[in-house]
Amino acid sequence: MTCDERQKFLHAYIDGELDLSKSIEIEQHLNSCDTCFQTYKQHRTLHTSLKQSALYYEAPRELQRRITASVKATDRSRSLSSRIRDFSPRFLTLAASFAVVALVAWNFGRLTRPPQSDAVSQQVLESHMRSLLVNHLTDVPSSDQHTVKPWFNGKTNFSPVVRDLSAQGFPLIGGRLDYVNDLRVAALVYQRHQHVINLFTWASPDEAERQANSMTGKGYNLFAWNKAGMSYYAVSDLNSTELQEFVQLIQN
Amino acid sequence: MYQEESKAQKYKLIIQPHLNAAYNLARWLMRNDRDAEDVVQEACLRAYKFLDGFRGGDGRVWLLAIVRNTGYTWLQQNRANELNTVSFDDELHSPELTPASPDVALQRQIDEQMLREALEELPTEFREVIVLRELEGFSYKEIADLANIPLGTVMSRIARARTRLQQYFITAARRGED
Repeated sequence: MTCDERQKFLHAYIDGELDLSKSIEIEQHLNSCDTCFQTYKQHRTLHTSLKQSALYYEAPRELQRRITASVKATDRSRSLSSRIRDFSPRFLTLAASFAVVALVAWNFGRLTRPPQSDAVSQQVLESHMRSLLVNHLTDVPSSDQHTVKPWFNGKTNFSPVVRDLSAQGFPLIGGRLDYVNDLRVAALVYQRHQHVINLFTWASPDEAERQANSMTGKGYNLFAWNKAGMSYYAVSDLNSTELQEFVQLIQN
Repeated sequence: MYQEESKAQKYKLIIQPHLNAAYNLARWLMRNDRDAEDVVQEACLRAYKFLDGFRGGDGRVWLLAIVRNTGYTWLQQNRANELNTVSFDDELHSPELTPASPDVALQRQIDEQMLREALEELPTEFREVIVLRELEGFSYKEIADLANIPLGTVMSRIARARTRLQQYFITAARRGED
């Protein structure tokens, strides 16, 4: 074996990756060949210097926090889809075709609804997603409607209707101040099992009464209606039937 | 509910303990903080999505393989010129002997700043094996699994990368003498 060939194993030798007999062979050679021994010493120094260096980058705390938060957020927004995923592939195809229908319906809705309300739906949807992502669901975490309602006093130019629906399976978990369409709006947060429902509401005295109509976008269901000079948007990853049930409870 | 909880537990056991390792690799691949953070975040979300597919073994190898893939995809899309810069010759030929150079005091501890610069200068494929071997302490086998390359390639890349680092120090020392 020439020096050149031995050189190939020199690094594996330094890294302790050689079997015993090969190790001994390299060792014996290093004892007798000064050129190879000098090279070995240089690489050995480099190896030790790198290992002892402070070249290791540790993850910033803020990044670690952000990752944990976004993982939790996917959990919340995916709890429905993960249940679907557990079914057979055939069900997935079916689900995919439903998704296409929903997407078409959503796009069709975009074309037919007045652009103003479409932009609002979009913003409401984004506010909902943001509230889950940044872990800023509530400013006033409370299941008591008599705590949540007065909290908005002086923060909004209207007083939102806050209902206690825990008996019907939609417990209130709090309220939050949010912005939609450059307006300060009240976001009331309800829960159904593991699903979060954001109910956005603001004063819109000039808008005509409007029955609740449903939309879907980005995997979320959304209901919008106007009643008694107020606009309402309910958003959740909850299925459409249960969300509609919630909407009816709010309206009554 | 039970499944959700066990998934959160899996996250704590399999992903969370290796966030530093994930960031270290991404930071050396991307060579700046911002891109490294983006890559780690995306990789962790992907890992979390595929947690059910994790069939035991070393979580660190598994997570770092995802970080590496995410990083390479990102580089391919944004800085393709940094990839595949290792020529066929570089890959296959065994490294030539580095001439012993008594004028360069490599026997002593090498200056850290110079180490950092030298490592940053290495082609991506060489830089990553050094980071995985020297900073992370992976075995050749683990590196081969993680990067999905043959064991022989790991061995030759490490040899080649170290030789390049030595050459960098020699050139730098000569520059210093002039």
